[in-house]
Amino acid sequence: MENKNRERILKNLEFNSRIDLHDLAIMLNITEADLANEIADMEKEKIICGYPTLINWDNTDKEQVTALIEVKVTPQRGIGFDMLAERISRFNEVTSVYLMSGGFDFMVLIEGKSMKEVAKFVFDKLSALESILSTSTHFVLKKYKDHGVDLFTEKKDEREMVSA
Amino acid sequence: MRDFVNKEIKKIKPSGIRKFFDIAKEIDGAISLGVGEPDFDTPWHIREEGIYSLERGKTYYTSNAGLKDLRIEICNFMNRKYNISYEWNKNILVTVGGSEAIDMALRAMIDPGDEVIITTPCYVSYEPCATLAGGIVKTIPLKNENEFRLTKAELENAITPKSKILIMCFPNNPTGAIMEKKDLEEIKDVIIKHDLVVISDEIYSELTFGKNHISIASLPGMKERTIVINGFSKTYSMTGWRLGYACGPENIIFQMTKIHQFAIMCAPTNSQYAGVEALKNGDDDIIYMRDAYNERRRFVLKRLEEMGIPCFEPKGAFYVFPDIRGFGLSSEEFCLRLLKEEKVVVVPGNAFGESGEGFIRISYAYSIDDLKNALARVENFINNYLAK
Repeated sequence: MENKNRERILKNLEFNSRIDLHDLAIMLNITEADLANEIADMEKEKIICGYPTLINWDNTDKEQVTALIEVKVTPQRGIGFDMLAERISRFNEVTSVYLMSGGFDFMVLIEGKSMKEVAKFVFDKLSALESILSTSTHFVLKKYKDHGVDLFTEKKDEREMVSA
Repeated sequence: MRDFVNKEIKKIKPSGIRKFFDIAKEIDGAISLGVGEPDFDTPWHIREEGIYSLERGKTYYTSNAGLKDLRIEICNFMNRKYNISYEWNKNILVTVGGSEAIDMALRAMIDPGDEVIITTPCYVSYEPCATLAGGIVKTIPLKNENEFRLTKAELENAITPKSKILIMCFPNNPTGAIMEKKDLEEIKDVIIKHDLVVISDEIYSELTFGKNHISIASLPGMKERTIVINGFSKTYSMTGWRLGYACGPENIIFQMTKIHQFAIMCAPTNSQYAGVEALKNGDDDIIYMRDAYNERRRFVLKRLEEMGIPCFEPKGAFYVFPDIRGFGLSSEEFCLRLLKEEKVVVVPGNAFGESGEGFIRISYAYSIDDLKNALARVENFINNYLAK
């Protein structure tokens, strides 16, 4: 399948992973079977890595805090950062781990029930790992936009019925 | 008291789209596939440039023909996209939307009694503007079986010794038809033979699917007898900014600029600054929107096919123009009943000229979810109608 089609499949799924595959096949002018195969291939190739739902927990009763933690480490001989990143990733509290350029090495995103819980994680788990030099924790106060989605403004059709 | 109103104006009928929308507005909860403008917001980097121009105090008139930078970028765009070379200070007039450019072009060229040939179905402004400028309108009803393209024979048949101007619009509103190079080459010879000038409304030029748009002005011998009308509304989703332009021979652009200077002064300054940004850095936005339109187009065509409504495959703009003659209803009856029974707004084809009778215009400048929902209602309407 041409790259262009792959890109369009991905763009559509990225925007709405619940899109009806029957509709998507029509939109892309391919058969539903080809589309399903292509998606399966991309899952195998780890291009499509999952279909999570974007949830704004702030609008629920659930207490939840998100923190970004800047982590400085000493890279280990021979394996660089990867082994350590994998270790950090294993904790359930950790939602994302990125290797960064600039003043620190890892950006770790944590979700916890409370500040206390996050603090406990940083003290007990993260800082305790060998090779971790320092951490700097930033709590998220409010989310405005996430994964390309504006969480606040309701999009409504502003167009008037004009003679065009 | 006397009747102060001009008699010619009174004779002009209000737009058929307007008439239909007035009815639609009264229906509670109606969903629309009727609007003829993009559903995307203007890309933020373009809006931001407009805002920045305000912050910098760009709150004054620009030169009548438009900002130099904008005219230079328009020349670059015309060259890069359609392979036509214009000089920024001779061939370009920046206008308040493409609509103004059409009006200016007609007023600059029509002498009383000149015949203006208009291909229909077409956008609603050509005929009244030509009439108001003193022209005599001759329409060429284009045919579904030709995919609403203009043929050599049709043009030849419409020409009289008084013919002066041909107005055409491809990609077309309302049909979505395009003219490919071979189609343009055929009519080109007729245009030159009869010494006509063309007003080519190419406002949808960046919305073609599968094939790139060809401007008639790029054909040998045509640049000197063509006014190309284009603008930002459809290409960059900038309808509310009211920004368009005309490109053409120096002597005509000079006269158009004169009328524009007296009637309008200049296009909105902040829109012009935003326009520079659009032309310089907006190519990716075009691709993004075009891809989305193309997917919706395929979706709508497939749904119509499933409903058994014939429709030629339009390769441009964001409209489909299905043939509803098989239902035994006029375009207006069809649209009114669809509106009353299923609360869906589509525009009757006859709003775009008599040759649109028997057709409806469906705009797919809506999200897939909206299209899906609205077309399910259309299907319901048809099933109910056929069951009766």
